[in-house]
Amino acid sequence: MQDLEILLVDDEEELVSTLADRLEFRGYHADAVLSGAEAIKMLGQKKYDVAVVDVKMPEINGIEVMKMMMKLQENIKVILMTGHGSTEEGEHGMSEGAFDYMVKPINLDILISKIKTAAGVRE
Amino acid sequence: MLPDIILSMNMKFPEEWHKKDLDYSSDQDEFLKGGRFRYRRLKRYSILLTAIVAITPLIIMTIINSHQYQKALKADLIYPISRQTSNTRRSLESFIEERRAALDLIIKEKNYEELYDHDKLANTLRHLKESIDGFIDLSLIDSRGKQVAYVGPYRLEGRNYSDQDWFHEVSIKGVYVSDVFLGYRDSPHFVIAVVHEKANADYYILRATIDSEMLYRKILSQILRPTSDAFLVNKEGILQTPSADHGKVLEKSAIPVPPYSPHSEVLEKKDADNNLYILGYAYIENSPFILMEVIQPEAFMQNWLTMRNNLVWFLGISIILILIVIVWGSFHMVNKIREADVKRIKLLHQVEYTNKMASIGRLAAGVSHEINNPLAIINESAGMLNDILSVGDAFPMREKVSKSVNSILRNVDRCSRITHRLLGFAKRMDTKIESLDIHELITEVLGFLEKEALHRNIKIDTNFPDNLPAITSDRGQLQQVFLNILNNAIDAISEGGKIDIDVKLRKNDKIDVIIKDTGRGISKQDLERIFEPFFSTKKEHGTGLGLSITYGIVQKLGGKIAAKSKVGEGTTFTVTLPVEAPITEEQ
Repeated sequence: MQDLEILLVDDEEELVSTLADRLEFRGYHADAVLSGAEAIKMLGQKKYDVAVVDVKMPEINGIEVMKMMMKLQENIKVILMTGHGSTEEGEHGMSEGAFDYMVKPINLDILISKIKTAAGVRE
Repeated sequence: MLPDIILSMNMKFPEEWHKKDLDYSSDQDEFLKGGRFRYRRLKRYSILLTAIVAITPLIIMTIINSHQYQKALKADLIYPISRQTSNTRRSLESFIEERRAALDLIIKEKNYEELYDHDKLANTLRHLKESIDGFIDLSLIDSRGKQVAYVGPYRLEGRNYSDQDWFHEVSIKGVYVSDVFLGYRDSPHFVIAVVHEKANADYYILRATIDSEMLYRKILSQILRPTSDAFLVNKEGILQTPSADHGKVLEKSAIPVPPYSPHSEVLEKKDADNNLYILGYAYIENSPFILMEVIQPEAFMQNWLTMRNNLVWFLGISIILILIVIVWGSFHMVNKIREADVKRIKLLHQVEYTNKMASIGRLAAGVSHEINNPLAIINESAGMLNDILSVGDAFPMREKVSKSVNSILRNVDRCSRITHRLLGFAKRMDTKIESLDIHELITEVLGFLEKEALHRNIKIDTNFPDNLPAITSDRGQLQQVFLNILNNAIDAISEGGKIDIDVKLRKNDKIDVIIKDTGRGISKQDLERIFEPFFSTKKEHGTGLGLSITYGIVQKLGGKIAAKSKVGEGTTFTVTLPVEAPITEEQ
């Protein structure tokens, strides 16, 4: 599992970089980008197993980014992050194709568990 | 920034709003208590003004009608009286004129000697009586006033009238009609005298006595009616003929002598007892007589009184009916206005409440989103620190650093719960109605709290009646309601207390869930504000949203919530729920 490729997408730089560091610390490699455009660019360069995407982002929102990602790499699993504190956005995202969602602030252990499950489904 | 927002929002709630919340069951009429006097005054004004507008014209019309009717009645009565008086006057004048003319003819046709001769004079009287009635006697008086010849029933020959007024008057005027008097004959009569001048400038007078009863019998009695009287008076008001109601001959009439008029006149008069009567009168030409015709008021008053009584009845009944309609109408109208005001106030409160809730909801959603992102960063950064600490080498004060990081993580978790509850507050409007067992629902809620209660040595007793029906309501929201109240109850009890849950079925398809704790209680001031958003007595441990959410949910589900409390003794919450929750448009 340690060779999973994870992409973190959130306009909050401190959040994605720290989250990437923490995942790194636990043995997972994660790339962090700050916008949907950057994420699409990364997907053109590299294959990812799981993408963790914030729903509310400027310019292109997380659900639109997710749809584009799934077009580029149809096997990618997307876990949405919502800062809205409610399950509604997450459930809406799942209806649009997200594998799962998490409400901020995120419990890292649960996130890793969901990433593993997402990757496991792929396998 | 958040505490500032909460504080400013807290300030926005007006006093009456949370007072009303406390006693939700209170009648909305209480809002109009200050206006009750206004409604009573409105009722009074409405009745008064409508009554004036409706009844005044009726009274005026009735008075005008009454006067016009009275006038018409009088006109109907007066015209015949006037005509009759005029006719009677002509009859009387003819009566006197006829007799005067007869005497004038005799005195001109016969010479002094013929008149002086007793037999011839008696023969003349006999012929006269055969032609014209009323003559009693006939006499010849010379210019010295001596009665030189007399024929008639009395012995009056040789009488001298030179000292009497009538003798002088007839000597001057040539003709004379006397008042009625008794005279030597001692029976009422009047005289007609005519003068004839001789060639030697001397003169003599032919004088006839007329029975005044004839005037009454032949003329006046013909026009008498049960309610009328007709008689003659002289210019001094002395009765010249008998009368039915106004005295005997030669007595003074009670009716004053009316003013002179060359025509027949009709007057409305009042007697000594202030009773109305109609007087028709006429001065009889060439005589001292005045014809008086008196109509007693009964004749027209009877019709008038009947008419007036009918009018009074009509007016009275109309006024009563109008007043009944006005009073009923005013009460009905003002009650409708009052009901409309109550509805309006209720609606305004509802709108005010809904607007506040919507504003709070929007604010809560915004606030929670804005806070969740920085919270996530803090969470990840603190988590990172923890990760590093867990694998890093020991260093001085490591334990303290670890403790601090854990404190940060705990408080991030606490903040996260607050934002989640804020969002829950914003979204609590959504409801899903289903049939549920309140017993099962409360037992389920108690399942969440069992360990906490056990841990704090709190005894929870429940009392559910056997015949409790299933209710239709929102399971999730009701769970939240009871969870909030029970959580508060557990928090209020320090150690070893008791919570009683008593469920009662009320007659009007409602269920009371009474949750009574033996906690520290709530002060009166705080009790007034417990349903207010962001009000909390738990200081840093509470969000101040629990009971506000609870209140909103209960209200949404068609129920009521009330709280009673006494400091040091505990608090009782009563949640009243309908057996069937109302289906709102939103649902």
